Amino acid sequence: MTTKVAIAVVGSGPGGLSAAARAAEVGVSHVLLEQTAAHSNTIQKYQKGKHVMAEPNILPLRSPMRFEAGTREKILGEWAEGLTEHKVNIRYGAEVVGISGAKGDFHLKLQDGSEVLAENVILGIGLQGNPRRLGVPGDGLPCVQYTLDDPDEYKDEVIVVVGAGDAAIENAVALAKQNTVYLVNRSGEFSRCKDGNLALILKTIEAGKVTCLYSTQCASLTETPGTVFSLASATAFSIGERPYLLALNTAAGDMQLPCNRIIARLGATPPRKFVESCGIKFPSNDPSSLPVLSTSYESNVPGIYVIGALGGYPLIKQAMNQGYEVVEFIRGNPVAPADEPLLAAKFAGIPGYRSVTETLQAMQQRIPLFTEVNPLMFRELLLGSTIHVLKPDAVVFKRNDYTNSFYTIFNGGVDIQIDDNNPAKRIPLLIGQFFGEMGLLSGRRRTATVLAGKDCVLIETPRRDALKLLSSVDAARAVLDQTFIVRAIQSGFAPQAKTADLLPIAAKSKLNRYKAGQVVFSEGDEADALHLVRSGSLAILHVVGSREIVTSYVAAGNYVGEMGLMGNTRRSATVRATVVTETISLDADAFAELLQKNPALRSELEDTVRQRIASNTRLQGQDNAGALISFLLKQGLGEATDVLLIDETLCVGCDNCERACAATHGGTSRLDRAAGPTFANVHVPTSCRHCEDPHCMKDCPPDAIRRSPNGEVFVGDNCIGCGNCERNCPYGVIQLAGPPPEQPSLASWLMFGSQKENVFGEVQGLGRKHHHHDHGHGAPKAMKKAVKCDMCKGQDGGPACVRACPTGAALRVSPEEFVTFVQQEASRF
Amino acid sequence: MHESMLDYAQRRYLKIAIALCALSIVAYAWHDPLSPPNGGTWLGYTLGGIGAALILWLTALGVRKRSYSSALGTLRGWTSAHVYLGLALIVVATLHTGFQFGWNLHTLCYVLMLFVIGSGIFGVIVYLRYPQAMSANRAGTKPDVLLEEINDLDQRSLRVANEMPRRFGDVLRANREGTRVGGSTRAILGGLDFSTINLPAAGGSQAVPNPEQAALLDWLGAELARSTDGELTKRIGDLLSVVATRRNQLRRLRRDAQIRGWLEIWLYVHVPVTLALIGTLIAHVVSVFLYW
Repeated sequence: MTTKVAIAVVGSGPGGLSAAARAAEVGVSHVLLEQTAAHSNTIQKYQKGKHVMAEPNILPLRSPMRFEAGTREKILGEWAEGLTEHKVNIRYGAEVVGISGAKGDFHLKLQDGSEVLAENVILGIGLQGNPRRLGVPGDGLPCVQYTLDDPDEYKDEVIVVVGAGDAAIENAVALAKQNTVYLVNRSGEFSRCKDGNLALILKTIEAGKVTCLYSTQCASLTETPGTVFSLASATAFSIGERPYLLALNTAAGDMQLPCNRIIARLGATPPRKFVESCGIKFPSNDPSSLPVLSTSYESNVPGIYVIGALGGYPLIKQAMNQGYEVVEFIRGNPVAPADEPLLAAKFAGIPGYRSVTETLQAMQQRIPLFTEVNPLMFRELLLGSTIHVLKPDAVVFKRNDYTNSFYTIFNGGVDIQIDDNNPAKRIPLLIGQFFGEMGLLSGRRRTATVLAGKDCVLIETPRRDALKLLSSVDAARAVLDQTFIVRAIQSGFAPQAKTADLLPIAAKSKLNRYKAGQVVFSEGDEADALHLVRSGSLAILHVVGSREIVTSYVAAGNYVGEMGLMGNTRRSATVRATVVTETISLDADAFAELLQKNPALRSELEDTVRQRIASNTRLQGQDNAGALISFLLKQGLGEATDVLLIDETLCVGCDNCERACAATHGGTSRLDRAAGPTFANVHVPTSCRHCEDPHCMKDCPPDAIRRSPNGEVFVGDNCIGCGNCERNCPYGVIQLAGPPPEQPSLASWLMFGSQKENVFGEVQGLGRKHHHHDHGHGAPKAMKKAVKCDMCKGQDGGPACVRACPTGAALRVSPEEFVTFVQQEASRF
Repeated sequence: MHESMLDYAQRRYLKIAIALCALSIVAYAWHDPLSPPNGGTWLGYTLGGIGAALILWLTALGVRKRSYSSALGTLRGWTSAHVYLGLALIVVATLHTGFQFGWNLHTLCYVLMLFVIGSGIFGVIVYLRYPQAMSANRAGTKPDVLLEEINDLDQRSLRVANEMPRRFGDVLRANREGTRVGGSTRAILGGLDFSTINLPAAGGSQAVPNPEQAALLDWLGAELARSTDGELTKRIGDLLSVVATRRNQLRRLRRDAQIRGWLEIWLYVHVPVTLALIGTLIAHVVSVFLYW
């Protein structure tokens, strides 16, 4: 079958569907190629009943397909109707393995060997990639699946999980509750998983709940008619029928395993390789970078267009609009992008505004950082940004604010106040320059106050958009890094120094990245550099005998290693990164130069050294203090800005903190008091640490997770409930919650407390423990959104958990108070 | 940086409570009524008024505790005040009685109040003493983790028993069935172990008490002494050590439940008696004003 179409759309996600439907609507010959058996695979894989949001709300929908917020089923149903209604020519099970040719004559090679000819190609294949297939005869049977939505769906089955990564382990353990589970591991150990999962799977295997077949490979899969009466099925599997037979090559020889289901978790092939094989270029090697596109979504290969998440538009509505627009572009019918009126509204306040296109061009011309950015991406950047037209001396942000957006100067200029005691002392920044990058990179508080100058027009870009820019445009990253170093030296050591004087030092300084636990320098090493902590944090430790004693902790924005540079030649302590950490190191020569220029700096540094020696010796006297610091650092306090701790000598376990949290936050508590580890009477409950560089913010499609000016990391109302933050949080403090449970009446509450389990209801003999975790089952699932601690932002009196603690056991600690807290605690045991 | 509710704000409410008591005592000593001291003098009315107001305010802690968005002080401050002013109430109310007691509603009201305060004192002692004991007993782990560990131990011992004569598996399963942690209020608060086990006996099996896994350990010991098979002896030894660990975990679990029980149980006296107190207080006030 080699008919030629005008447009071949690859991938039937929201973008692809919309494009194909538009082509069908206007009668353009087309084919929509979907590799699976159903359209919109990614959305099909959403959990049943999941509520899908239609963000961004302000953006109008432009597509022949209907789309508004609703359940997964409703949306998929509407799209299925749309496919029929518009008579879209969709081919299922059509996996494209290669694209060759040029505009007007593309050859799309399919997995089954057939070919599709097309004049233009629209790629809407998303970023998820294809799961690696089992690759054995019979892997097309319906018992083979590559995902697992709900492990509780299966019961009393024999399930073979293939793979040794995190997904395989998590699936195997979850399935083992109700099923007989075999885990097929190609190698002799688990080397690709997280430590936590390694411990989990080894324990589960040891307990006999999962049988792991090491050094084993699948050979073939066959369907067995009727019931299997093998010796194995008579003994090991006495329940139900096992309609499939999996042949395995184990270390001990071949083996036949009757089973119901095979779940292959062998990872995914990222789509990048395929995209590159079509000739499309990526701007950098950064795994998160996206192909360069023109304003009409055309890639560097003429005739191949990229839309949706792969084109940098992760939201459904954006992708659908793009699908529509790209078909119009191909038809030679240029439409203004759907966001045009939005940008016009943003720019309307700029003095002398004429048109969106002109303004965008002027911005790229005037601001060197943006010059290299491709116009499409720049448009997207602006869509997320805010334009500020400010009067002279208006405050842009204040020192110690916790905002983390990034500013560029489109017109006029700003003044940076670096010294609070001397407000007249200002550094001017002019048109085309940028500021606010310190907060952007390290996630720390603002280091200076910024005031607007004359005719000031600023572009404020949210952190996420700015980071996306940096990962895609190398030139922008380089400019930013250099500037960061100069400004860090300026604000950290030499506020008086002129930028010009610092440039040579900045050139000699180095940006270092450390993994969690990596040693920055060791005790006894030659002291050759001072480290300024740009992000993350460091632990200072001494080795006594065979033990390491942590004596102090250095948060981002501070420096370490100054002792060595002050005249000592050997490091007096070992310094190690507690989390992923970036430091800027100034070598000894550059440092001597700096000290020469600033005699005042020398005495200031001597003070710091004195203080640190005093603190070190104090903590060294307290063995427990070091152990406590180590424990707390392990709990993520190294990157925390505010953490809830519970003093177990005072906690009576009344759970009033949890109830207070639930009562002030729509019925769902964001903290789990009893969960979490304890050391020396200090308990770290499962509750947000408000990380410096929050893991949860990394991959939030609608950018709903923000940091308020006071430092709280919170989830905004535009959360779409995708669950990325829940997965990204290493501390398990984010949950997806539906509407709150019903409250007991006041009278019963007053008499009997809440219905939450109390000790008299709970402990009733082994194996008969009540399970309370069945909320939501059966009932239709309402929209779930991410919830997490917001530190009671906007409520009087501070966090409700601390306010509601009757005994004073709950307290919040920030890194500044961290060492004091440890000293105080350590002196009590 | 942090301190207990008793030390709140440099013991501000202790000072206020002492001042209130001192003032009441001085007034009582100085006051020289025509009749013997009683609730009907002006000082009696004043002390009674203060006492009644205090009772109502002390009860309000239950409401404040649940007003989670209230910014009216911290709950710790309220609890601190509740404890100290509650103690001061003993002095204020006793002086209010003028030491006139009898078999009547008024004295009932006073006795109920003392009962509430007494249970409160008990609560404070428990709150100060037990958290540390609970933390020490848990030693960094948690009850649900202990339960899980016990389940794991059971699985492990059953796997060992699979390789042994059938009676071992039967006894271990019976032990699992018969193990009790908590159960009745008495068992929880007393940390009592009412576990039983069905052991093989002549003509079937017999349920015997198995506190601290003693009966099982005893039975295993006897089997060990009787065994002549080297492999079996080794397996019984394994079982003995698993059961001993199980006993220790169960002990910790029971102790934990016991502590949590004591931390909670006093409120089941304190709060209902408070409600009874308020009922009799209303009756006391109404009867005094209407029928005196």
